[in-house]
Amino acid sequence: MELFNNHKKLFGTAALFFAGLTILVAILPALHMQNNNAVLPNSEPLSPEAAKGKELYIANGCIGCHTQQVRNVDMDKVWGSRPSIAADYAGDHRQDFWRNTATLLGSERTGPDLTNVGNRQASKEWNLVHLYNPRIVVPQSIMPAYPWLFEIKNEPAKGDIIVNIPAEYLEGDTGKVVATKEAMQLVAYLLSLKQTILPDGSAAPAFLYKKDTKGGGSAGSKELNGVALYTANCQSCHQENGEGLKGAFPPLKGSKVVLNDNAELMVNIIMNGYSGRIQEGFGPMPPVGTMNNLSAEEISAIMNHEKSSWGNNAKPVTPEEIKKLMDVVKTSPQK
Amino acid sequence: MCAKFVSRSLLVFMISVCFSDLLKAQTVGKTAPFVAVHNGGMIILFIVVTVFLAAVIFLKLKTSEAISTAKKKKQGDEEGRLKQYISNMDSKQIEEFIQYKQNQKKQHDTPGNGANKMLLILFFLAVSLLFNQSIYAQPSGKNIASILGNTGVIITIILILIPILLGIVLMIIKVKNVIKQYNRKQNIEEAEKLAAFLKILPDDTIEETLIKRKAALDYKLLNNELSGQLKAEDEKGLININTNSTLPVVAIKKKALKRPNIDAQLSRLILWYIGCATFWLLFGTTIGEYLGIKFVAPDVDHLSWLSFGRLRPVHTNVVFWGWASLGMLGLGYYIVPTVSNTSLASIKKGWLTLILINASVVAGTLCLMAGINNSGGEYREYTWPVMLLFAIGLVLTLINFLQTVAKRKTKEIYISNWYMIAAVIFAIIIVLVAYIPFWSNGLGDTIVQGYYMHQGVGMWFMLFTLGIVYYMLPQQLNKPIYSYSLGILAFWTQILFYTLIGTHHFVFSAIPWWLQTVAIAGSAGMIIPVVAGTTNFLMTFKGAWYKIAGSYTLPFFLVGILFYFTGSMQGTAEAFRTANLYWHFTDFTVAHSHLTMYGIICFFVWAGIYAVVPRITGKEPPQITVGAHFWLALIGLLFYTVPLMYGSTIKGMMWMQGKPFIDGVVFMAPYWLWRAIGGSLMWVSHLFFAYNIYKMLAGSAVADVKDIALEKLKNEQNDFGIIE
Repeated sequence: MELFNNHKKLFGTAALFFAGLTILVAILPALHMQNNNAVLPNSEPLSPEAAKGKELYIANGCIGCHTQQVRNVDMDKVWGSRPSIAADYAGDHRQDFWRNTATLLGSERTGPDLTNVGNRQASKEWNLVHLYNPRIVVPQSIMPAYPWLFEIKNEPAKGDIIVNIPAEYLEGDTGKVVATKEAMQLVAYLLSLKQTILPDGSAAPAFLYKKDTKGGGSAGSKELNGVALYTANCQSCHQENGEGLKGAFPPLKGSKVVLNDNAELMVNIIMNGYSGRIQEGFGPMPPVGTMNNLSAEEISAIMNHEKSSWGNNAKPVTPEEIKKLMDVVKTSPQK
Repeated sequence: MCAKFVSRSLLVFMISVCFSDLLKAQTVGKTAPFVAVHNGGMIILFIVVTVFLAAVIFLKLKTSEAISTAKKKKQGDEEGRLKQYISNMDSKQIEEFIQYKQNQKKQHDTPGNGANKMLLILFFLAVSLLFNQSIYAQPSGKNIASILGNTGVIITIILILIPILLGIVLMIIKVKNVIKQYNRKQNIEEAEKLAAFLKILPDDTIEETLIKRKAALDYKLLNNELSGQLKAEDEKGLININTNSTLPVVAIKKKALKRPNIDAQLSRLILWYIGCATFWLLFGTTIGEYLGIKFVAPDVDHLSWLSFGRLRPVHTNVVFWGWASLGMLGLGYYIVPTVSNTSLASIKKGWLTLILINASVVAGTLCLMAGINNSGGEYREYTWPVMLLFAIGLVLTLINFLQTVAKRKTKEIYISNWYMIAAVIFAIIIVLVAYIPFWSNGLGDTIVQGYYMHQGVGMWFMLFTLGIVYYMLPQQLNKPIYSYSLGILAFWTQILFYTLIGTHHFVFSAIPWWLQTVAIAGSAGMIIPVVAGTTNFLMTFKGAWYKIAGSYTLPFFLVGILFYFTGSMQGTAEAFRTANLYWHFTDFTVAHSHLTMYGIICFFVWAGIYAVVPRITGKEPPQITVGAHFWLALIGLLFYTVPLMYGSTIKGMMWMQGKPFIDGVVFMAPYWLWRAIGGSLMWVSHLFFAYNIYKMLAGSAVADVKDIALEKLKNEQNDFGIIE
């Protein structure tokens, strides 16, 4: 055949065939996608500090292990309240002439998804300790440590941000660990990662492949798993053994607040955050309950786990009580 | 008489079996409705019943066979049958018989006999009783049906069933023996009759025919009917016996044939390509090995340049652009001019490409370690100025290849050149689309990323290596490719379907749903080129499978072909939406990419290198280290991928169950350790490979005694001449 014996025709045809398909399947959809996309009205643009943090996020290959996409499947519900939509990425542009747009969506979840990490892990102190060495707060973690984002100073200057690192992680150094500008930028970026709430009237796409809910839905069931909820929401700071981390996160084991039969203060702290023990060197607690949209049932399951573990032995609470207290603390937040 | 006994006892046996079956059905029916029995219990019951049935049928067949032979012997023309025996005698028997006849008048003797019919009946009764008991033993608990679903109970039942089933097997063996003994007895009776018959046989006539028959049976060929009486001579020099060999440690494989026509300059270029590729393989996989260790020991170092996030793209890009690309191109520079039956258009352009690609990999590696990363998307971590060097290299190679094909001396363009040159063209298009800094922006860039990373794999590496196989495999097997048209079909369908599949990396993401569906459909369509290619290669092996044992390149090809099929089909399976639920985002992807990039691409490139380099240098790698390379790479790859695939499937299921994320991390720890072990084996295999390359390049050729002796004579003659 002429086509097969004439190299110009043969390779020309193959090239045109491939280029044509490329235009149809990559270039045109890409152009359409980027020209018809706008940020959500109530989304906040990155602060200059967070934008620098995003560059560090790309430079250090965080994308290799962390995704930033809540897929529209039921199993991804843990990473956000709604599936990610194109508008969520509309603020992500070409970095500059030299570098492409970051592929923030990622393709591997060796570490957790970060779409909503600003809400899930809102404590700046925790993020700094975790960056210095993740195993300080999550012993099972295999994430790399980033000590080069910190300096060790014997006499920290005024305004330096000191991070409380346990002595065994200092490898013999005796000075104070001070977060560098870069560490603060990276944390600023992580804290900025929050799922934007859709404007009123627009429906989020549905989560597909729902689990079969045989025998009692989760809402009516009183037997929520307090241990799993504690692991997901509280453990990274207060630790599995409830002892917290000296100088960073207070213990729940033997804590007056946890053991108190009047649960109001505890509910208040969970829903509104707490900064009452900053003088003792503990970081402020973010309003975990509000940020993660925890229900009264979930909060009472967590509280009962905390009240009955690690030698704690306090009166259990009921979801009805907590529901009432949640309404009370809504109007009188903790200072 | 005997047959009656057998049939009677069989009847007793059958009835007892039926009765026990009935009983069993009753006990089950009484205790609980049969429906309530759990699946596990059902399956076990089913197996038991099947085995019993099989045993019954087997015994029935055996006994009826025995009965019918016995009956046959009872009936019919006895004399005719006995005569038949005589005509079936073999030479030795005839001889003995004749001797016997000669001595006959002197002696007489008779054998005795004895049998115990009662034993047989007793045995059948005992067996059937035992059989009954074993059936009663199974549903012994009254409420068994209701608890059959319990795992512990199922395990216990299985444990109990093992000896019972073993008993049945033993019983079958016993019964077989009894029948055998019975048959033997029958034969002895028959033999007595025959002996008596032989004694009274009229001598002369029969003896004569028998002597004739013996001569006929003893006839043998002389063994030189075909070869004749002439002395053997090897006129074409086909036989080469090495009298000097000792017992080898490994099998001696076929040596590469020398090709004296390869241009020395081209040879040097190709060897440099392969040498550089080998260096990048060692470097890149050393980093990969280190990354695997970091999964097990994350605090092994705390240096920014060596942190996981920065090294991971260094590993992937070095093995992609440094090792695999240079290795492929080196082989391409050999194949393209060879199949065009002409010389390479420009050696100089070849060198330029080599320099540019090496520069690109060096610069890219340094950039990534210093934290200069393009976008974080896979294989697109080099920034465009770095990748520009690579692209210019490809353009130069394309011009070079096209010019070579243009001056080809063959009419047709051999199919391997289709694949290889198309791969270079497509790679240039892919790099341009992904890197031109003026157009893509925002989420559109993610669509381009999906396109880029998968076309890079499928249109550059896969297409080019397929081209290598289309030349090298027939050449190594010394027979033509099975079907040229299948190769053409695979070529066009690969372009059609592979180009579509990029977005299957972003299933369920914010990328348009229709584009995801197109990608999934394209992934399914990949079945056509993959099956066509695999069939073509395997059918080329047809009739030449024995050559694998005598070749050190063919095993590499075979493994590559098998992984081409399994790896590619696995890719199709992974693309489906339901598969994405449990596999996406897990280490399954990592296992898949190693199964394909390593199992297919690396094995094919190694096969090509082992085929080409000895032809160029005339030096063979030591077979034992080639074997070590092959087996360590293969076993290492399996240790690497199988645990990762298993572990990540379970991890995906844990995610679906909503288990805390950290549980999945803890769960994966042993599988990551296995991965590191497999990776270490692969890495060691690369050391062997590098050693083999060294031996093929710089190793001294084995001293040939004859060469040296002739050289010596020549020198002596020359010296003599000079003196004269």
